[in-house]
Amino acid sequence: MKVLVAVKRVIDPNVKVRVKADQSGVETANVKMAMNPFDEIGVEEAIRMKEAGKATEIVAVSIGPQTVQETIRTALAMGADRGLHVTTDLEIQPLAAAKLLKAVIDKEQPQVVILGKQAVDNDNAQTGQMLAGLLGWSQATFASKIALGDGTAEITREVDGGMETVQVKLPVIVTTDLRLNEPRYASLPNIMKAKKKPIEETTPEALGVDATPRLKLLKVVEPPKRQAGVKLASVAELVDKLKNEAKVI
Amino acid sequence: MSILVIAEHDNAELKPATLNTVAAAQAIGGDIHVLVAGAGCAAVAQAAAKIAGVAKVLVADAPEYGHRVAENVAKLVVGLAGGYSHVLAPHTTSGKNILPRAAALLDVQQISDITAVVSPDTFERPIYAGNGIATVQSSDARKLITVRITGFEPAAATGGSASVETVAAAGDAALTRFLRAEVSKSERPELTSARIIVSGGRGMQSGANFVLLERVADKLGAAVGASRAAVDAGFVPNDYQVGQTGKIVAPDLYIAVGLSGAIQHLAGMKDSKVIVAINKDEEAPIFQVADYGIVGDLFKVVPELEAELDKQS
Repeated sequence: MKVLVAVKRVIDPNVKVRVKADQSGVETANVKMAMNPFDEIGVEEAIRMKEAGKATEIVAVSIGPQTVQETIRTALAMGADRGLHVTTDLEIQPLAAAKLLKAVIDKEQPQVVILGKQAVDNDNAQTGQMLAGLLGWSQATFASKIALGDGTAEITREVDGGMETVQVKLPVIVTTDLRLNEPRYASLPNIMKAKKKPIEETTPEALGVDATPRLKLLKVVEPPKRQAGVKLASVAELVDKLKNEAKVI
Repeated sequence: MSILVIAEHDNAELKPATLNTVAAAQAIGGDIHVLVAGAGCAAVAQAAAKIAGVAKVLVADAPEYGHRVAENVAKLVVGLAGGYSHVLAPHTTSGKNILPRAAALLDVQQISDITAVVSPDTFERPIYAGNGIATVQSSDARKLITVRITGFEPAAATGGSASVETVAAAGDAALTRFLRAEVSKSERPELTSARIIVSGGRGMQSGANFVLLERVADKLGAAVGASRAAVDAGFVPNDYQVGQTGKIVAPDLYIAVGLSGAIQHLAGMKDSKVIVAINKDEEAPIFQVADYGIVGDLFKVVPELEAELDKQS
């Protein structure tokens, strides 16, 4: 069984993101980049499926300029078998990403496709669900546990009130949540080995997809700043302030 | 313009998130209809009909909607969308699950998690864990939108008298079958609608220590939340998580305990009216957003707080 994982290159979540002075976006020049954390969980899950003898091949796909090959290499160093790079300089919005991934999937025919539940740059939380819709496949979002069966899978999902478990027909689109697993670090030998693993390149044109953005970004501004308040010496003072000054208890 | 709002409910009760979503629809302006897709959900439809400003309630009552499986509800929404300029859902796990699937089938680039309406095609939404507020304009003929609950004051739950109309079910896609739910049982209010939240971070050191927060929460009628670090460490379940990748909350009072205030956590709670921080590290970033701070050992301060609440009540 083939597993396909989608990986996105984003600003490293530990970096403080700054809005550009001209309000055209956020500062990305000379900023440390990383694989979207939820996509790392996706790669890890695929590797565990392979280690358990359920998956035979793992394909890591990314969309974007040449630099996203670094992110594909990270997936390969973790344990993916080969990479696929859809090269484009367009700003790729979720619907376009879903269309491009669909075109890739039509060729690759995986049984399980894993994406992060959201990318921590634009926080959209759309691509997996859109992809499932375009393919007409089952979808299991916010997964915290995946048990593969014969032609089906039992997947536990993190939902607002707790958890729910569903049975899905394969092929399936899964999006990962935090507790699915803890991703491994790539070892140095595996990083070296990953340099020899193949990355195939294609383009939106070759895939027959119009990836033009539909949403126009008019501006990005900084959020209103909260002022730091006062430090209090005692709990009695705190309760008094909450009662008589803030009037919230 | 006419707007379809997808109701959040559990077949028995209409959830408050629906009211905030209706409020976003009112900010756009136009006829507002509410879709209740469920199984045995007549009471929810009746409640939706009472929301102020709603003109019509559409009810699709069929077994395949019993657990709001995305494949089935999205199909229903796609069938109904033709009559609407906008389709809105709350940015909850249910709304997030359903709406993008419908958007793709309608060839629409959804706008997620809006916090303000600028005009019927232009919206504000936070990006990068709220480090930026983006204004985006849609070029799609129809808009599909998820709404950040804390971005809009809820519409009044009563005062309306909408007509209730049954719509035909769109059939079971037979792709996903609901097996079971493990619902967090709690007498405390839900995080996203609680007026007061007591939240713990990695400083709590263990899940067992959360009982300290629960005691304070019960004195205040508060919900209990947690940072991602506390969830990662296995102290509490994921549905406690407040932050960029968990729940977004804006209560009247947020008490952050043993929680450093990582930007990802602040993204989920910095719109709270009053923030209290209790942390032994006086340099912790949480103090930069807190209205009131106490620098001290939480294992000493929190029991004191519990006792003081008794004393001053």
